[in-house]
Amino acid sequence: MLESAETQLAGAATGSLPETEVASSEKPHRKGIGIVAWIAIGWLAVLVLAAIFAPLLPIKDPINGYDYLHIKSGLFTTGHILGTDDSGNDVLSRSIWGAQASLLIGVGSVIFGTIIGGFLGLVAGFKGGTTDTVISAFFNIFLAFPQLVLALTLVSVLSPAASNSAGWGHRVLIVILAVGIVSIPILGRITRANALAWSQREFVMAARAQGASDRRVMMREVLPNVVPAMLSIALLSVAVVIVLEGALAIFGLSIPAPSPSWGNMIESQISNPNSAPTVWMVPSVLILTSVLALNYLGDVVRSKFDVRESAI
Amino acid sequence: MSRHKRAPAPGTERFSDAPLDGLLLEIEDVKTQFVTPRGLVHAVDGVSFTLERGKTIGIVGESGCGKSVLSRSIMGLLPSNVVRHGSIRFEGHEIGNAASDEMRHFWGTQMAMVFQDPMTSLNPVMRIGNQIMESLRFHFDVTKDYAEETALSLLHSVGIPEAERRLREYPHQLSGGMRQRVMIAIALACGPKLLFADEPTTALDVTVQAQILDLLQEQQRERFMAMVLVTHDLGVVAGRTDDIAVMYAGRIVERAPTRSLFEHTRHPYTEALLKSIPKLSMPSHSKLDAIAGRPPDLVTPPVGCKFAARCPYAQPKCLTDEPPLVDAEIPGHAYRCFFPVGSQAGGDALTRNLAAGETATGLPVRRDGDALLTGVTA
Repeated sequence: MLESAETQLAGAATGSLPETEVASSEKPHRKGIGIVAWIAIGWLAVLVLAAIFAPLLPIKDPINGYDYLHIKSGLFTTGHILGTDDSGNDVLSRSIWGAQASLLIGVGSVIFGTIIGGFLGLVAGFKGGTTDTVISAFFNIFLAFPQLVLALTLVSVLSPAASNSAGWGHRVLIVILAVGIVSIPILGRITRANALAWSQREFVMAARAQGASDRRVMMREVLPNVVPAMLSIALLSVAVVIVLEGALAIFGLSIPAPSPSWGNMIESQISNPNSAPTVWMVPSVLILTSVLALNYLGDVVRSKFDVRESAI
Repeated sequence: MSRHKRAPAPGTERFSDAPLDGLLLEIEDVKTQFVTPRGLVHAVDGVSFTLERGKTIGIVGESGCGKSVLSRSIMGLLPSNVVRHGSIRFEGHEIGNAASDEMRHFWGTQMAMVFQDPMTSLNPVMRIGNQIMESLRFHFDVTKDYAEETALSLLHSVGIPEAERRLREYPHQLSGGMRQRVMIAIALACGPKLLFADEPTTALDVTVQAQILDLLQEQQRERFMAMVLVTHDLGVVAGRTDDIAVMYAGRIVERAPTRSLFEHTRHPYTEALLKSIPKLSMPSHSKLDAIAGRPPDLVTPPVGCKFAARCPYAQPKCLTDEPPLVDAEIPGHAYRCFFPVGSQAGGDALTRNLAAGETATGLPVRRDGDALLTGVTA
């Protein structure tokens, strides 16, 4: 998924710009982003707000909220709209608290990957030559590993010996680091391709001819033009990372139970999916919808910035 | 309010005591070669000229003759696969070997460049005002208010209406002519003493070409700035430059004061360029006197005169010997030809070729009424 997005984005950046010549005196009419995009933004906003304000919401304790009268109950049970799990914990509550871990890992690792990968890619694309060769080789070596295998290895390596004794925050940090490192070459290569294309544009030469230093040209002329592509791929990556967290959980290497994450909620029901189906269905639907929303927004960002020079 | 927070950027102050007249730029035997898999491309091959303060030189030639590379060589704005030799003196200081870290202090403040295509030479995501203020702020470390004031007056001086509003606009909101005016404002921002205009009107509408050229000329006079005007169009430089250098295959083939070049053309290439300009007196649909053939491959340039293969005057000597740059009777006029136009030798050479029906290189020539036809057989 990321690979195809990469070629798409690189192509968009290198594509020739139309030679339209417009002397506009009035403000250009801006096209809206459409109702679907707003629904996507709204849905993500609800998720993020619910995750942040989970402690304040009138929901049950996700770990010690045992309700022995309702164990493995289905949808719309009294007091448990989305049912309960094997120990009578509320699925709605666990999903909201689980969003905390899943979104934190999704956003955190992509920010980490974007900063490191983006910086490396920008330098590689802008400087070219040996710098580019070295950095690109590093990216390619990392990309040669299957993403899941690499993430699994990194989590194992980064975890302290008694991994289950690590606290929740520590554990989230380990997963963020591991998945973040996996995303570095993907985000880095896109940034590099775009930086390369923009660095050869005449305005970069013009800035240099006015005496701007390399660093200034890179940060002021090239970077702002590369940001839209980075932003778009970063949104797509959040979606991929949320799925990857689920995959890690299946190997028992994400957030350890009883703390919930979407991934480990699904994992907990893998051996017996029929006993309490809402426990894995709700987080699955949440992953599906948020991945869809993020992918759609990634596309919106890309097309929004693509037309910058042509559509006015 | 103190306008300057501190003295001008390092590297600029040593020029401040320079006199107001005399030579600004002296370039001698400049050679620029591109390292390519096919071999060395001799893009600029031994060019020398001088330029006085406040004067304008036009560099003319067809595509691929090395004129843009020459202006970039002088400025030092070359890619890394380039070898440059020769001496470039700016206000008496040798800058031919300066590293780009050193040159950075010259760029913008001492010499600046207006590029060919204003569609691509402005940053699409930065406001016009910021693009003009950029170089002011990093060269002189002035306050934001002062930079903005300067940007505004620059926009006024390059003839942009509603300058206050334009400052906050993005390049895509401006037309091609307006963008080129902005480019000129950017180049002028730090008060350079030498301005390179690299085909400044080629990408523009014919109707705005003259306006931009007039603007450049007006700014150049007002600021007592020297200018190197690079173009493929002799019509552009006519009447706007003090001197003209005609380049072919990386060399100057004729160099003269503008008037002398047009009135006493010596080199067959210059003559051919002049003839290829359509004239108002010509009936419509008349065929232009195009120059037959293409410029030579600069990886393996021919021995002898580089223009011989396309020249109606070519004699056997032109194929073996490279003509040196010789002075004409008019001071400042020099050319590189054994059989110059308008001379006895040139006239005889042409007569011989016409009688034979072809030149020494086998290029067919014949006379058709007043026109001299090359490259076409009857």
